[in-house]
Amino acid sequence: MLRQHSYWQLFSAVCKKDLQLAFRQRAEIVNPLLFFLIVITLFPLAIGPEPGLLARMAPGIIWVAALLSTMLGLDKLFREDFNDGSLEQLIASSYPLSLTVLGKVVAHWIITGVPLVLMTPLFALLLNLDNQALLATVLTLLLGTPLLSFIGAIGAGLTVGLQKGGILMSLLVLPLYIPVLIFATSAIDTSTMSLDYSGQLAILGAMLVIAVISAPIAISSALKVSVS
Amino acid sequence: MQLAGPNGAGKTSLLRIIAGFSTPDEGQVIWQGESIAKNYDEFARELLFIGHKTGVNGQLSAIENVRFWLQIQGYDTKQDLYSLLAKIGLVGLEDVPVRTLSAGQQRRVALIRLWLNNAKLWVLDEPFTALDKAGIAFLQQRFLSHLAQGGAILLTTHQDLTTHFNELQTVTLEYRH
Repeated sequence: MLRQHSYWQLFSAVCKKDLQLAFRQRAEIVNPLLFFLIVITLFPLAIGPEPGLLARMAPGIIWVAALLSTMLGLDKLFREDFNDGSLEQLIASSYPLSLTVLGKVVAHWIITGVPLVLMTPLFALLLNLDNQALLATVLTLLLGTPLLSFIGAIGAGLTVGLQKGGILMSLLVLPLYIPVLIFATSAIDTSTMSLDYSGQLAILGAMLVIAVISAPIAISSALKVSVS
Repeated sequence: MQLAGPNGAGKTSLLRIIAGFSTPDEGQVIWQGESIAKNYDEFARELLFIGHKTGVNGQLSAIENVRFWLQIQGYDTKQDLYSLLAKIGLVGLEDVPVRTLSAGQQRRVALIRLWLNNAKLWVLDEPFTALDKAGIAFLQQRFLSHLAQGGAILLTTHQDLTTHFNELQTVTLEYRH
């Protein structure tokens, strides 16, 4: 039996499996989106439908809703693999675990982040967001949502061994989301004043690069701790 | 080598330490003169571990499970898996989700890996659980051929091995409070 080592094969296998599973249980894709939609529709009901006020608050509302809806899928990210023993098989593979983890996080982003980015124009309508701010929102979500997946996966990895790790994970992860939230909403705010917001985007981009490089290592050590 | 002992004696814990999932409080695991903690990737290449939790995903079919495992271990996936599945008694069930199969059949899906690896050391935790008599005998035939190729097997089981193994060693762990 031939063994060929191809990192791409491992990455795509892990990514494909998670996507396959998600498309078999579509609720996994649809539920976070519906949650996002409901949270967003609650705001006009709660604070009143005045267009100016809504447009002013829209960036914050969209981003907080995005944070919360990403959290929904995170708890499940490693749970199934932990329960059925796949995680042990992945650790006992001669491939580096961090690469496996990268595949899983990318799959998580495709399942939760990408639909969110695609649906944003629709949600923007509900909050009376103008085109300039919409573009900024989409761009920040594009850079920010993978960042949320990477940071969140560290928390998911640490809490996967616990019976009810979901809430603990939120407590661990949400504070770490604050920098992303600050720069993303600041970019959108700047855009509504017709100013250049490439600086904030660059910082989000830099954070994403650091996360892609270092988060898989942190996640894989967290998983090894959880499995032992 | 068979690991025996009453429930709670620590058989599974010992196997998990040997497989490198847990670190021992004292001592170290040596594989071919080297501590596995130092060079785990090398050791993982020679290791096949099947635990209580078998690593089979219930939502995926048998064939998808086997293919995924081959991919994460770096084996070639362009093999005739269907005839292998038939050999192990899963003919006609290749494409249904594994969770709809019986416990014994699910165990067989996990055990297919024994035919699809070139690892030297097999670490098996209760491999016979839920298998029928014919399945157990078939599995032991596979053990014999693995041993004949110079491989090593470390397993826990509460059942007696029905096939005669020449070099069988049994280590019994005692339950300590």
